[in-house]
Amino acid sequence: MNFPRQVLVIAIKDLRAEIRTKEAINASFAFALVVLLLFSFAFDPEAETTREISGGLLWIVFAFAGTLVLNRSFARELPNDCLDALIAAPISGAALFLGKALANYVLVMAMEVVSLPVFCIFNNVGGPVSQKIWPILMVMALGTWGLTVIGTIFSALTVNIRLREVMLPMLTYPILVPALMAAMLLTKGLVLGQPLTGDSLTWLKMLIGFDLIYTAVSLALVEIVLVG
Amino acid sequence: MRDKLVYVLGAAAILLFVRNILAITGLPPEAQQGAIFKIIFFHVPMAMTAMLCSFVALVGSVMFLITRNFKYDAVAVAVTEVGLALLLGNLVTGSIWGRIIWGIWWTWDARLTSALVCWLLYAGYLMLRRAIEEPTQRATFAAVFSIFAFIDVPIVIFSIKWWRTQHPQPVFWGGGSFPPDWAQVFWLNVLAMILFGAVMCAVRLSQEEQQRELDSLRRMAHAF
Repeated sequence: MNFPRQVLVIAIKDLRAEIRTKEAINASFAFALVVLLLFSFAFDPEAETTREISGGLLWIVFAFAGTLVLNRSFARELPNDCLDALIAAPISGAALFLGKALANYVLVMAMEVVSLPVFCIFNNVGGPVSQKIWPILMVMALGTWGLTVIGTIFSALTVNIRLREVMLPMLTYPILVPALMAAMLLTKGLVLGQPLTGDSLTWLKMLIGFDLIYTAVSLALVEIVLVG
Repeated sequence: MRDKLVYVLGAAAILLFVRNILAITGLPPEAQQGAIFKIIFFHVPMAMTAMLCSFVALVGSVMFLITRNFKYDAVAVAVTEVGLALLLGNLVTGSIWGRIIWGIWWTWDARLTSALVCWLLYAGYLMLRRAIEEPTQRATFAAVFSIFAFIDVPIVIFSIKWWRTQHPQPVFWGGGSFPPDWAQVFWLNVLAMILFGAVMCAVRLSQEEQQRELDSLRRMAHAF
């Protein structure tokens, strides 16, 4: 099997397991709804200011709910020593990591794509979002990749340690600060009707840079994380 | 031998601090900001030493991953702890300065935010260490995280800088002017701070070594 096929096999295996149990995606989407509900108490959804902070709110929902999916990614392999079997399988750690990252990416994106309309309805930003839907989806695709790469590698790192559920967000959010900031500012600009030029373009480049750098670093270090 | 060296260096650091503090109190108040300006003599050296610490932590972590020698892991954890303490000192002194000059303890300015994010990153490093029992795994995972954190620091700083900043521009490389006698005291205090940091690291390092020795003795006792 060549490398892309190995990646695909892992990704499809993970997705199939998730589709059969739906444990992570259901929890993640339900959590996203709860956070959206809580926001409606914290901010007046009718106010103009809510539109200005909507990009930030949206990404807080994505980051929080996404962590639930990412937490399960490697933890799911713990029963029956599946993780040891995966590591012993004749594929490289990079293929395993990329496959898992891909599966997580699909799941987190699915949660986001379902949450976005709900968010728009609750916060009354449906009009501006639908006008800029393609750029917003692009920002979501890029931001989510950053979230997924960091989340997947740290999911592998924290899988065997105490307080796994606490450690993952503790470690990932500070690292994700630049990516989340870029995604928040870009989404905010798009919701406010600004085009993707000038400053926004710099943020977009920075988001792409973040994705590339951390994909490369994760691929380089994943073998150490998995095998030791 | 090393203990003696640590004592000598520690004494040198204290003497240098005393000398500098006397020199700093002897300097006249700054024209615009008054006496509070002198906090820069501690604020900036702390930041510089903390930055040095994060770099040494990176080197220690990479060296550990290459050689698998626990000596480097001990170096990494020692400098990270000392760097974290110094960065906290930097944040606190900066906050005190901000209270007097800006009238507020904290503002979400570029440098303040990025310093806080760095602090959280390296605090995460220490928390990660506490969560792992097995020494080899702890050292390996901590080293990996340290590399991630170090790469993140410049990205964080750049990205937050694009926002806005109201932090004063650097006096030394930002085109500001510092009279020569002030600069001399400043650099001597940088030296004192680095010496102090080095001594603290050395103390922490010997603690780590003793800890490992104790652990191995305990394992041996259990084996019998």
